[in-house]
This record gives sequence, C-alpha cells and structure tokens, in this order.
Amino acid sequence: MIVELGHYALILAFAIALVQTVVPLVGAHKGWAEWMAAANPMATAQFVLVAFAFGALTWAFVTSDFSVQLVVNHSHTLKPMIYKISGVWGNHEGSLLLWVLTLTLFGACAAWFGANLPATLQARVLGVQSSIAAAFMAFTIFTSNPFERTAFAPFDGRDLNPLLQDPGLAFHPPFLYLGYVGLSMAFSFAVAALIEGRIDGAWGRWVRPWTLAAWVFLTLGIALGSYWAYYELGWGGFWFWDPVENASLIPWLFATALLHSAIVVEKRETLKAWTVLLAILGFGFSLLGTFIVRSGLLTSVHAFATDPDRGIWLLAIFAGFMSVALILFALRGAALEAKGVFATISRETALVLNNVLLAVSGFVVFVGTMWPLVAEMVFGRVLSVGPPFFNAAFTPFFVALAIILPVGAVLSWKRGNVWKAARGMWGIGVLALAVGALVWVMQTGGSMLAPMGVVLGIWVVLGALADLWMRSGRGAITGRLRRMARLPRADWGKATAHAGLGVVIFAIATMLGWQSEDIRVAREGQSFEHGAYTLTLEEVRRVQGPNYTSTMGFVTVTRNGRHVADLRPERRIYPAAGMPTTEAGIDYGFTRDVYVTLGDPQEGGGWALRSYIRPFATWLWAGSLMMALGGLLSLSDRRYRIAAGARAGSAPARAAPSPAE
Amino acid sequence: MRAMLRALVIAVILGLALPVMGAFPAQAVQPDEILDDPSLEARARALSANLRCVVCQNESIDESNADLARDMRLVVRERLVAGDSDEAVMQFMVDRYGEFVLLSPRRDGVNIILWASGPILLLLGLGFAIAAIRRRGADAPEPLSEEERARLKEIMRE
Repeated sequence: MIVELGHYALILAFAIALVQTVVPLVGAHKGWAEWMAAANPMATAQFVLVAFAFGALTWAFVTSDFSVQLVVNHSHTLKPMIYKISGVWGNHEGSLLLWVLTLTLFGACAAWFGANLPATLQARVLGVQSSIAAAFMAFTIFTSNPFERTAFAPFDGRDLNPLLQDPGLAFHPPFLYLGYVGLSMAFSFAVAALIEGRIDGAWGRWVRPWTLAAWVFLTLGIALGSYWAYYELGWGGFWFWDPVENASLIPWLFATALLHSAIVVEKRETLKAWTVLLAILGFGFSLLGTFIVRSGLLTSVHAFATDPDRGIWLLAIFAGFMSVALILFALRGAALEAKGVFATISRETALVLNNVLLAVSGFVVFVGTMWPLVAEMVFGRVLSVGPPFFNAAFTPFFVALAIILPVGAVLSWKRGNVWKAARGMWGIGVLALAVGALVWVMQTGGSMLAPMGVVLGIWVVLGALADLWMRSGRGAITGRLRRMARLPRADWGKATAHAGLGVVIFAIATMLGWQSEDIRVAREGQSFEHGAYTLTLEEVRRVQGPNYTSTMGFVTVTRNGRHVADLRPERRIYPAAGMPTTEAGIDYGFTRDVYVTLGDPQEGGGWALRSYIRPFATWLWAGSLMMALGGLLSLSDRRYRIAAGARAGSAPARAAPSPAE
Repeated sequence: MRAMLRALVIAVILGLALPVMGAFPAQAVQPDEILDDPSLEARARALSANLRCVVCQNESIDESNADLARDMRLVVRERLVAGDSDEAVMQFMVDRYGEFVLLSPRRDGVNIILWASGPILLLLGLGFAIAAIRRRGADAPEPLSEEERARLKEIMRE
C-alpha cells in the first residue's frame, strides 16, 4: 500500500511540475503577481511529494518487500541495513528517483530562500527548474518506474551488486547527483536571466553559492569514487579515464570554471554572457554524463542499466534543454552587456585565462571520450582512446593552470601589475624549483613526473599561503596573524581550495612516480622484503561474513624488526549475486601506503600475493577534502549568509547599484 | 548490472557455471608470467599498459583480470623474448587484434583531429579571449563631459 502511495505521490508531483513549468513563466511575462507567487507553494509541494515517494521506496527496501520488482533485483534479506538503504539508489530506477528528489529539493530551496530575488527572476527560475524536474519525472514514471510490482513475490532477492556493497560507494552516487543537480540550479538561473534579458551583480551573488555547493558535492563524489577504486579494485589505481569517470570530470571542470567566472560577474559585472554560457554547458555536460552512463552508448566498467530505449529519452531531454537554452543564448546573449571594464593585466584577465584552460581541458576530455564513437560511425575506424591519450592531452592544461594560479590569484582587480603581484612570489618560485631539483638529483633515475609534481605542489600551496599573508597588511607578525584570522571566509576558502589543488598535484605525481610493486608466490609463513619493509604471509583462512564468504590472508608488515601493521587482504564471494570481489589490505600512512592484495592459490602451493608501496597516497584524498572544505568555507562567507542580493556589505568598492532596477 | 546478471544467467544455462571457489577471476599480472630478465619485464609492463584487453570494458591488459588479457600478456612477453622491438610487438598485436587494441590511438588520418583538438581549441579559446579583452579595453568609458563634471561637483558638495 505504501508503495502504491509513493507511486501516486510521484505522479501527483509530475502533474504539479507541469503546472509549475507554465504558470510562473506566464505570470512573469504578463506581470501577474499571483501567478508568479503560485510557484513557491508548488515547489514546496513537489519536494514533499517526491520525498514521500522516495521514503516509500526506501521503506520497501528496508522491509525487504519482495513484491516490488526493484527490491527483488537489488536487495537481499541478509544484506546489512546500510546496504539495504543504499540499494535504493544503487540501481537505475531508484537513482533516477534520487535525482528527481534532489532536483525538487533545490527547486524548493530557491522558493524558500529566494524571497529577496526580483519576483520575476524567482518565478522564472522556479519555472525552468520545474521543467527539468517534469522531464525527469516523466522519464521515471514512463520508462523506469521504481514502484513496479511483481506478480509472484520470491522468498528472497538477487542482492545488490557486491561491488556496490561498500561504504564508499554507498555515498558516492548521492554526492555526484547533488553535484550534477546543483548545476541544474545554475542552468535555471542562466535561462531565467536570458528570458529576463538582464544580469547584475546580485545574479552573480545568487548563482555562485549554488555552483559552489554543486562543485563541493561533485568534488566529494569524484574523490569518493576514486578512493573506492583505489581500495576496492585490487591494484590501487585511482583514475582510469573511463567514460563514466570522464562524464563526472567534465561537469566538474565546467563547474570550476563557472564558479570562478561567477566571481567576476558578482564583483565586476562583466563576463556575463560567458558565465551564462558556462552555466548552460556545465549542466549540459552533466545531462550528457547521465546519458552516457545509462544508455550503454559507450562501454564502460560501471555503465549500469544500459538500455537503448532509455538512452533515446535521455538524449531527447538533453537535446531539448540544450537547444532551447543555446537558442535563447544566441538571441539574448549579446544583450547582457558588460559594465565593468578591465585592463589586459588584471585579475579579470587571469580568471579568463583560468576559464579558457578549464573549459578547453573539459572539451578535450569530451572529444577523447566521444572519439571512438565518432571514428566508428563517421570514419569506420574501430579504435580505442585510453589513458595514454588523456594523460598526454589533459595534463598540460593543469600544469599551465598550476603555474599561473598563484600569481593570478594575487593580481589586482581592474588593473594589475604582474611584477608587483609576483614580488612576494619570487622566493616561493625559487624555493619550489630548488626543492624540485634536489628531489630530481636524489631520486635514482626515474621519470621527471615526481620532481615536477614537487615543484608545482610547493608553488601552489605556498602561493596560496602567501596570498593570505599578503592580504594581512603590514607591521608586526602578531598583528598580521590576527588580521589574517579576521580575513573573510571567502579568502580562507580560496586559499584552502587552491592549496588542496597543490596537494592533489603533488600526490598524483609522486605516487605515480615513486610507487613500487612486487608480485610473487608466497607460501604461508614465508617472509619477503619489499622496499624498507618485510612482509610475512602468516596464513590464509576461510572466514564467514554476513552475506559473503571470504578467503582472508593474514599479512604482517615489519620494518627493521619493528611491527608496523597487520593487513587482511580478502577475496570475497557473494553467493546471492554469484560475484567475487577483492578487498585490499592497506596500512595508511602519512608518507606512504602499504597495499597488499591476495591472488589465486598456486598449483605448487602458496598464494599469489601482490604488494605495493605508494608514497603520499593519502595526500590525494586529503587534498581533495581540502578543496571541498575550501568550497564550504567560501560558501559560509558573510556575504552569502546575510541576505544574498542585499547591498549592505563588506565591499564598499562595489559598483553603484544598477539604475535599471 | 543487468548485463552482468544476464551474462550470469546465460553462463548457468550453458552449464558453464563455475564451482564457487573457482569463480575468482585471475588477477592482472600473475607471478608465473613475470620474465626473469627485469629489463624485458619492464618493457612488457610498459607495453601492456598501452594495450586494451579486447573483451573488457576499457581496461588495459596490464590491469585486467580476464583470461584473454592473460593470453595477450603472454603473447607480448613471447614476442619480447623472441627479440622483437617494442614497435614490432605493438604492430604484431595490431595485426592480430586490430587497431582497437591500441589505448593510445595512432596519430594518422582522421585521428589527427583528436590529437590536435587540445592545441587547436586552446588557440581558439585564447584568440577569442584576447579579442574580447582588447574590445573591452577599447570601449573604456569616455571621459566625463563638461556638463557631467559640473553635475558631479554639485553632488560632491552635497
């Protein structure tokens, strides 16, 4: 019964979404206040109804209601509760419902907190947002109904894909969806502004927090996915340039560009048309990502629910929204005239350069991802585009970004001076190069990768600190430190996120440059040396888990006779799904991870055992977290906490209020 | 997920369902594959990372667990032991499995579009940005007229 109510609530929400698409847009066009105001309660109602529908589906999973087809396909009574819940979105239908839930949540937020927006803009934003929600609700209801019952309820389910039964993956999809869908908000604001024909600083101040929130979620989602790959796939890779990964990376790159260009709109009222275009493209690429993941168009390790019919729907949604938005942009984009002027050397220019590099790197990933398809369909060449291409084509853009970042970040707005800005940076640059050279001399042979990562990492991290330091004025150190602590949170957020990027670059380069691998047959009780460590395979035992059986290796790691860690690499088999998984044994450390996986039993006795020593692996996740934390800090800045759009504030230098108001 | 289930069902129907313990896929590079000569082995690993496992989804044979990937790794090592150069090994694999095995697509024919896309887009982007910035610099606000100046003075006095 609850399941039927959930189904009904979803249909009701769909009906409201259709009305909410039309009424506020007409109201805003005609200037009818009641029609515009009607959007607010409708947005709330949509969210409440979809939340109920989602709750109903969750209920079916939690109670293992095997009369629901989706629960049969993706759950099992023996599964731990957390995975029963994560099973709700660990499949195509349920994840779509989660997608719709976040869409309506963001729409409702614009209704709840948007009172200080111009009434017509708010009405249009809600209308556009609702049209997206309506499209996805229709898709869910007509092609991917999660509430479908089955005629004969089985005694037990077929279990969730064991690879998904993992804390990392339980929360990876919701974060990504919050990110993708957060970009829908930027899209709605962009389209609403195009309809409105006007953009001002207040618009930028509104779009930026949404983009920041979306970006934080995307960053966390991607980092979680990458971390999961690291410990779960059994050989410690963290990025594979798989189409599905690219589908999340491309929106991230565009969101990063967008949140930088939105600053320019907010502070300087220029780059408006470009920012609107970025907002449209950012959401466009997240729609395209969804399409890639679910259509089976591109083969991928984690493409799920691949079904051409559904692909057509998603392609139609993507093409519909993008063509309308881009046509609107072509017609109205030119009308978004810029107010602020800036010299060639200025913070604005630095941010334009940042945008060019990010957007082009995003397009390059896109071209590489789609190329096999294009080459086969248009040119009849069956080929692959893999990591070697992406590493070669993508990396230079991030190297360039890292090089210009510290100087660009301290350039003055409007008119800057590179030499003045770089004055505080010379020391850091020289230090970074010196340490890099030292590292290069000390490492025996090997590639330039690690030394370059060291140089860039130091340059970016210390550059971010120097940015804060330079903003603390002059005088005694204690005074400067006190002033530094009082700097706006946006400044701290900027420095934290930038430093996080430096840490990530450092970690990737040193991990790839310096990791070592050992593959061997080890008998129980046998010891061997790997780097500075001695590893001993004590024994291999069968262990029974809640819904799996495990072959567990007991490995002791010592260094110079001192005990370091006991590792438990596992090979699990989940009988319900009939699928094996590997669980690596990892000793996380500040300067290195010791990573062990258990392989096959060998014919002559013993087990295949792989061990890896990965320097600075944890720094990769720490750096990603720093980036997300920087976003959160920036999001909590005073100017967003006080009513967005209100003019009272910390920036007396802001341009005069626009006369058009 | 579905495809996996479907594949599993088909496997069961065909009587290929493996006994539970035997169902583990072989794991990437096996100890018995490793060549005694470390320099040859290093070359084999480098080549493997650039070859696609043809039955897998976007995995190189170096990281794949599939049986076919193992066979392909062994072929690579066989050719290296036989004294082939790196290029010869890659050519051998392409002759055998098609261009599809190359994870780094060849830089010829239409693939030039792919490889040149980055630099070309960058040049376009930079050109566009420079043009826009120049234009913006050009239409800097005109100096105030006499009338405006007088009005400004008035305002300042207030």
